[in-house]
This record gives sequence, structure tokens and C-alpha cells, in this order.
Amino acid sequence: MKNTKDYSILVGGAAGQGSRVAGLIIAKLFNRLGYNIFIHEDYQSLIKGGHNFSQIRASEEEVLSHRNEADFMLALDANTIAKHKDKLAKKGTLIFNQDKIQFDTGIGVKIDTITKELGGLPIMSNTALIAAFAKMTGISWAVLEDVLKKEIGKGIEKNLEIARKAYDESQEVVKIEKLKNKPKPLLTGNEALALGAVKAGLDNYYAYPMTPATSILHYLAAHEKECNVTVSQLENEISVINAGIGSAFAGKRTMVGTSGGGFALMTEGISLAAQAETPILVIDSQRSGPATGVPTYNGQSDLLCVLASGHGDFLRFVVAPGDAQESFYWTGKLLNLAWQYQTPAILLTDKDISEGTFTFDEAVLKKVKKEKDSVWNGKGEYKRYLDKENGISPMAFPGQPGAIVKAISYEHDEYGISTEEEAQIVKMQDKRLRKFEAMQNAVDEMEGTVKVYGNLKSKKVVICWGSTKGAVKEAAEHLGLKVVQPVVLQPFPEKQMYAALKGAEKIVSVELNSTGQMEQILNSHGIEADKRILKYDMRPFTAQELEVQFKKI
Amino acid sequence: MEKLETSCSNTWCPGCGNFGLLAAVKEAVNSLIESGTPKEKIVIVSDIGCNSKIADYLNLNSFYGLHGRSIASAEGVKLANSDLKVLVFLGDGAALDEGISHLIHAAKRNSDINVFLLNNRLFALTTGQFTAVSPKGMKGKSTPEGSVEDPINPLELMMASNATFIARSYALKVQHLKNLIIEAVKHKGFSLVEVLEPCISFFNTMQFYGEKAYEAVNEDPSSKEKAMALIREWNYSEEGRVPLGLFYKIEKPSYEEQMNKKEEGREADIAKCIQSHI
Repeated sequence: MKNTKDYSILVGGAAGQGSRVAGLIIAKLFNRLGYNIFIHEDYQSLIKGGHNFSQIRASEEEVLSHRNEADFMLALDANTIAKHKDKLAKKGTLIFNQDKIQFDTGIGVKIDTITKELGGLPIMSNTALIAAFAKMTGISWAVLEDVLKKEIGKGIEKNLEIARKAYDESQEVVKIEKLKNKPKPLLTGNEALALGAVKAGLDNYYAYPMTPATSILHYLAAHEKECNVTVSQLENEISVINAGIGSAFAGKRTMVGTSGGGFALMTEGISLAAQAETPILVIDSQRSGPATGVPTYNGQSDLLCVLASGHGDFLRFVVAPGDAQESFYWTGKLLNLAWQYQTPAILLTDKDISEGTFTFDEAVLKKVKKEKDSVWNGKGEYKRYLDKENGISPMAFPGQPGAIVKAISYEHDEYGISTEEEAQIVKMQDKRLRKFEAMQNAVDEMEGTVKVYGNLKSKKVVICWGSTKGAVKEAAEHLGLKVVQPVVLQPFPEKQMYAALKGAEKIVSVELNSTGQMEQILNSHGIEADKRILKYDMRPFTAQELEVQFKKI
Repeated sequence: MEKLETSCSNTWCPGCGNFGLLAAVKEAVNSLIESGTPKEKIVIVSDIGCNSKIADYLNLNSFYGLHGRSIASAEGVKLANSDLKVLVFLGDGAALDEGISHLIHAAKRNSDINVFLLNNRLFALTTGQFTAVSPKGMKGKSTPEGSVEDPINPLELMMASNATFIARSYALKVQHLKNLIIEAVKHKGFSLVEVLEPCISFFNTMQFYGEKAYEAVNEDPSSKEKAMALIREWNYSEEGRVPLGLFYKIEKPSYEEQMNKKEEGREADIAKCIQSHI
């Protein structure tokens, strides 16, 4: 083991065996002991069978990526060992389901037998495996019992009975030391972004199910009351965005969520929101494409599509967060920006953030609130598209006495009545152009649009975006390189990028796509990369594989 | 009487059936205002097509959206603020070609919106092509030899989609249409009023409807059988009689009253959500 307490645990099984829940419970055990957590989920597009696994990282330091080498491997089925045995560390421990697997090394536990003898359901075998692991790693029964009670609602009594027996029948192998840190919340990127939107005053969420954005829909639907939001699943993504824009027109802060294919269907609506100047927040959680691609695996190939989404001349806000914390902050910020500038705003996340689990620092909660937007003062005649100097016309909503509110997809006059007059067309486009300028100015003044990590003095700079932040940051910090992460991508924070790259002699660009989409954007701003590291097997980078590449710089 | 005109000059063809629609809508809206609906609570949601220009011609709140998507936008408006009376105006191309999925699902979920399907049985603003309700053999610019498709019956489709209010009127029968608009708005839940319209430039059916359209009497609008008999009386061809009137009406909880969970003025309890993640 290294000096830093840093454990990697792999839990695998067939879909339906509960390996994902087992992974989360193990992460929560480490969380109770004060460790920082990151979980990477790997699962297939099927319901039963196949092979799913979770890679849990538990460290005394902040971690945002997984390690492939496993200190502990928990196998619910034989496939887990067949696929991953090479990943087991030299001194690593293999714990396996002895009822399903015969293997000459490692520790077998008869989890199916224990479960069956106590009259449990087959899925409860995963509880037996967790309990055996807890005993082997010196985690107290009290901690295990507490976590199980919290995580397992239905059938907890039977689960505890099974856990107790598996716990008692196992022997301690190694003692995981308890740290001084208090347990912290563990959130997936999607949970964090949902809560960020709620904190900024979300009223309505609309979606059509699509991996990896579906868990936003599930989370908000399950927490409608606490979050005080109305959640609707509609017939398709076209309906979703048009209904969302309808709700925003009626005065409600609205978010819609999807992945690349659904986003493509929404783009006409994004154009509508731009023309009607109706705020809408769109989440695109990327997975690999084109088309259906590899549905449950990652990719960063929607960037250019998102930056140019919707027909016509207009600007939209686009932000790509790199972890759960940033997802919370920027989703809240984007909802505010969408309303302040009456424009479409897109949060571009990806599968490994959306479905990855992160230790969440509650300090970020205070940084998001529902910010003020520009509303009509109720005086005089109301004009939805009043020609203001900053291009931002105050909003009124239907139902408000004294105002006739007319929003429109056609080019229009100040009242919102369609027009084909040259002078009127130019006047309205000029109004919107001044608004786009105001959006650019806002980005220029905004904090955190470009983040910098690692050795700030290094002349070797790695540029990353979205989920690649995790592995890049870890590898670069280890090797003493500088990392630059553009977070706001439209309007582009050119000034901050130039400042962050000042003095750079070697620039490396890292992306999860095959054509270097971010690099193309950088090029358009006069930034040239000396080397590109691209990956498109749809799996995330690990810090270890990046270090090998970074050493060649 | 409220002045409902705007400064926008009307660009419909002289003699267009939409003038009948506009007159009926103005009268119905005035009647609603007189009976206590505040003007500011009325919202017009409009599609793209000749009839949808009505948004420009009415001094009322309006959302003039995308082709085929007006029904989806209207559902969003209603879910956001259930106090609003939402009147959707769209043509047969929008409702039955481009946006048919939204029509079916809005009916299915009983969204409390009022859909006025202005049916001139072709695309007019794009200068005359067949739609889902054009008669077979219709010669248009995209089908010079005649369309090979049989029309669908949109009211049968609405019945199959669980609509709770199905009616048909004729744009040139202004009083008939006005009364159905008022009834539709008063109906709690989804309402579909098909408004037959001649297109004097590309498909002038004025003589046909003048001869064939009649005001049917339906003493029991809750009867599916009676409704279906009226709905099936005309198959959207050049033959048969064309019944007008309220064909079907039943009461069911609306989508919005069941789905709207947002409580105004109550803070979200994010701390509680976060705690559950430890």
C-alpha cells in the first residue's frame, strides 16, 4: 500500500444481482470512516444478465477518478473474475461468491447458501458479500448495521439477519483505519445538478427518458415534495422542450434534460427560445454517438453540436462542469443566467459525471440562490420586446393585470407582432445582438469560467473539459504539470483562457472523442495544442494511463 | 365590449374562412370576459399556418410558437399556471401531420387546454399540398396526379385517444362556433373543436359545406356509441352529410390538477435532500 490511504474496490456481477447497490453501500462504509469517495459505474444496456461493475475509490485526499488496479475485488459471479482478475493488485484481496465460483486464490464466501438458509431473496446475497467484506476489512458491526439500515428500506430485517451471519462467519484480514473527517454527502452528478437547479428556483422539469440523463428525471420525481417542483414525462423530446418553453412563458423556471439524440430533437426548440426570448435550461448529458452509439458508455462528442445548436444567428450559454460540485453550482448559475438574459442555456455534462458518485462539499450550497431577473415595473403600456439599450426587455407573464404578453417565433416588433419590414427586422436583431454582447461581458466578469490546477508555474499545460478533469488533474498534479479547464464554453471566456495559458510552452489537449472537438474551438480562438490525447473506446481515462502519456511531453 | 383588435393589418385572402373564426373568437372571448374571466387570464397559443395568424390579430396574451408544436407549448402554459384559459389555434397540417403525437397525448392525459383544429383539409400557407385529412385523389403541387392516401378521421382519432370533449363546427356559422368555443373553454379537461373551413384560394369547399353541413342534435353527449355514429357519418370524402355540434363530453380529472405539485411561496428543503446522501 502507498503512504496515502487510498483504496480501490471493484464490485461486479450480472445485471439484477445488485452490484451497483453493493458498490454504493461499500462507498458509504468508507464514507463513515472519513474517506473521500468516487465511484465509476460500468453497466450495459440490458436489464438482466450481462456484466455490471462499480469501481470505488476511497482516499484520504480528494478523488475525482477511479483506479483500475483493485485492492479489493468482490465477485458476485464468475464473469467478474474472468473479466477483471488482471486488475487485482499484487497484495489485493479477492472475495467471491463461493456458491457460484470455484477459484484457487482469494476468499470464498457461501453467500447464496447463507441467504437461502435464512429464507432471503436471491438478491440479498449481495448483502452477505458486503458484510463479509466489512468484517475482513475490520469495519465494526455497528457501522455496517447503520449503513444497511439507511440504504435498504424494504426487507431490512432479513437483510440484517443475513449480514450478521456472513459477518460472524468471516475473519478480519486487514484493518481499514478510521480517519478524522466526518462523513459527507455522496452525490451523483445528476443528483447534484438537479439540486443546483432547485436551489436557483426550479419550478418545472420535463423529460423523456434517455440514458444517462434519466436519473435526473427519477431523482426529481422521487423528491417532488422536498424540491417543490412539478415533474412531467412527456411523449418525446420535441414535446418536452416546447412544453418547457410554454411554462417559462407563463413565468415558471423550467429545465429539460436529455442526451445527444434527444438533444438533436430539441434543437428547433432552442432556436424558438432564442427568437421568442424565453428562458430555458437544457441538460445534455453526453454518451457516445453518433446516433444510438453505445448507450451506457461515455463520450464527449456533442460539443460542436451544442455550441451551434438551433438554426439562426444567436448566442446561447453553454457550460461544461467537471464534477458533482461544479454540476450543482453551474446548473444553478445557468438557470439564473437563462432568466437574466432570456435565452437558452445548456449544461453539457457527460455519463461519467452524471452517473459517477462524488464526495460533495456542502460549502457550495451557499453559492447558489435564485437571483433577480428583469421584470416589468407595471407602468405604462407593456411591450414584451421593448427596445432597451442592453437588449434585455423586462418580462411580464400572462395573468398579470395591465399587460398583454405576446411571445412569438416569427421576427416581430416590440409588441410581439410578426413583421416582414426591413427596418423592424434589423432593429430587433440589433436588440438581440446587444444582448449577446451583454452575455459576453457577463462571462468576462464571471468567476470560475476557466479553472487552473496543478503546478501553476509549469510551462507544460494540459487542457481538459468535463469529466476528463478528474483523471487529468490527478495525473498532472502527480507529475507537476499545470491543468487548465474551460468551464464556460459559450460565450467563450477568451480573456480568462489567455490568462490561464500565459507562458505555456507545451499545450496538450485531452478529450473523450476522436476528432478533438474542444481543440477545434481552441484553434478558433488562436490557441494551438502541441499534442492531443484522444480516447474513443467510450471508457473514461484513468490517471495512471494519462501519466504514461504525460511523461512523453 | 373589449377592444380586441391590434394594429396588425390582416393578410388573410379576401373571403377567407378565417374571418368567420376571428369573429366567433372575439364574440366568445367577450362573452367569457363579461361572465367573469379576466382578460389577462386568457392565453392564445398559436401554431404556424394561415389560421394561426389569429395571434397577431387579437390583443390578448399569446404564444405564437413552432409549426406542429403549439399543443405541447399550450400544455406547458397550463401546467405552469392553471388559472389561465388556454386556447390553441392550429391547422390540420399542424395537428394531424407535423404534430399528431402531441394532439394524441394531450387528449390522452386530459390536459385542460382547448384545441381549435382549423380544418381546411390542405396546407394553404405553403400554397396547396395534401394533409392527413385531404380527400384521396386531391391534386396539389406535390401530388399533380392526385394524392394516393385515404384521409384519417381526426374525431375518431380523438375518441381513441380518450378525449373528454369532441365537437365540430363550421367557420361560416359564427354563432354556432362561438357557442362551442364557450362550451369548450368551460369544460374542465381537454377539448377538441374541429372547425371546418373553406380555403377559397386552394380548396373551396364552401358550396359542399353549404349543402352538406347540418347542426346535429345529440341529447346524450356522454354516450360513446351516439358520438361515434355522428363522427362516422362523414368520412372526409366529397360525399355524405356533415354533422356539426357537440358530439361527446364526459368529466374526468384534468392532467394539471393531478400533476401540479409546485406550491407557490414554499422553499425547497435542500438540506433534507442532502442529508439523505450521507
